Amino acid sequence: MTNKNNKMQQWQNPLIYLLAFSSGFCIMGIELLGGRILAPFFGSSVHIWGSIITVFMLSLSFGYLAGGKLSTKAASLNRYGLIFIFAGIAILPVAFSSEWLMEAIFLAIEDTRYGSLLASMALFFIPTVILGMISPYSVRLLVTDKNKSGQVAGFLYFVSTLGSALGTIITSFYLVLLFEVNNIITVFSSILILLGLSAMVFNRLNQPTGNSESINSQGATNE
Amino acid sequence: MNKLLITFLISVLSNVLISAALNTQASAETIHSERSLYRNILVEEKRGLRCLKFNVKSAKTQQSCMLVDDPQRLVFNYTKMLFASLLVNPNPERILIVGLGGGTMSNSLHQIFPDATITNVEIDPAVIKVARNYFGFFENEKVTSVVQDGRIFVKRAVLKQQKYDWIILDAFNGDYIPEHLMTQEFLQETKALLSDNGVLAANTFSISDLYDVESATYKSVFGDFFNVRNKKNSNRIILTSEKPLPQDSVIAERAKALTTILRPFDVNITEISRYMKSTAIQQDWPKDTRLLTDQYSPANLLNLK
Repeated sequence: MTNKNNKMQQWQNPLIYLLAFSSGFCIMGIELLGGRILAPFFGSSVHIWGSIITVFMLSLSFGYLAGGKLSTKAASLNRYGLIFIFAGIAILPVAFSSEWLMEAIFLAIEDTRYGSLLASMALFFIPTVILGMISPYSVRLLVTDKNKSGQVAGFLYFVSTLGSALGTIITSFYLVLLFEVNNIITVFSSILILLGLSAMVFNRLNQPTGNSESINSQGATNE
Repeated sequence: MNKLLITFLISVLSNVLISAALNTQASAETIHSERSLYRNILVEEKRGLRCLKFNVKSAKTQQSCMLVDDPQRLVFNYTKMLFASLLVNPNPERILIVGLGGGTMSNSLHQIFPDATITNVEIDPAVIKVARNYFGFFENEKVTSVVQDGRIFVKRAVLKQQKYDWIILDAFNGDYIPEHLMTQEFLQETKALLSDNGVLAANTFSISDLYDVESATYKSVFGDFFNVRNKKNSNRIILTSEKPLPQDSVIAERAKALTTILRPFDVNITEISRYMKSTAIQQDWPKDTRLLTDQYSPANLLNLK
């Protein structure tokens, strides 16, 4: 039993890195599509990108804060998976409720700077905060040795930022040429939810005792 | 008869001179250059021909040109072809121009229709300034300019239930296409601004794949339209209206009435009327072509191919 567990266990870190990569991919993919989504109501001037980037940076910063805080209590792969599922659900309104939301803001605010800022907030703040929680939470799950914590964090940033780079280029070069914006968003959402579920399933298979809180000590023995 | 011949010769000669000047811009003198929020703006002058350029490196970047000694004369074929709109609606009272360039179109239209209101919409305030300073663009109680994204202007105008008799979309150039001004939704909003006799003229530079999707998108919103183009140019004017397109006989009659009015602007309306081809007669794109929508609008990527 322990042997089988150990075999499974060695896949845990690669799984976390894969998830972190995908979240990076989705964040930038969504940010890029943000310009497309806002353009019909707020134009495509440089201040539209100002609004979008501001909101993404702001929400990521809060996300880091919240994710770090959350990781101090009963950190588990199970909860990690839940973050992905929530993120996946939270980006769905970007595809399905953006139209009336932007229309309402367009009617209320004449100045496209503040209109686009508010619309970006309404659409992207919550999902991006949740996606921002993933990085610090990943570090919590991956670090077992204080001496290696910097290395682990460095590799994690490498993987997730590489994901962001690929998410940007693939979305802007190819996906927009093939698919509708809402379809791409929906696929991102599905990927996040599926990855979250797979993390939870992996966690369950790994712990037949059902004690999800022991993940960290197990990780330590695995090292 | 003799007089006619001389006029003809002069016109041929000056056309040759203009073409020569346009083709040898390399050694033109730069009289103004600035970097705006959106682009590099250059004003160049050579042999009395002053041109506005938006980017240095590309060959197809001349936005607007003016003969310094004869400013009311229109230089570009596409600006002349825009006048085909008058064959669809001869008496526009409310004119909307999206994309100012040098403002030469606005100036000419004010001279032809002094009582018409002309609203110019331009996203870049620097372009308006350059148009005023170097191309004689003027505003008065009839002619105004608004600094705004074309899409936003149109959306707000729809809310205010404004109507226009002639809408000119001239926000596209060879280098970059504002993708949110190409979509079905945008065209529907623009259509809502057209008065009963309203006519829409879009100056576009689409090639290959974009040509097909652009044509299909216009047709999906307006039904059949006129393509106005002569083989010399890569660009074309899409001409369409709320009403069914006029018959050839009506066009010929209107062309006759407009001939003398448009001559000072070097617009040969009879010749231009021959460039008009209805898509009801000839549709040169595949039937199952994908449409451009707010959800799918990779116009610039499609134009690369």
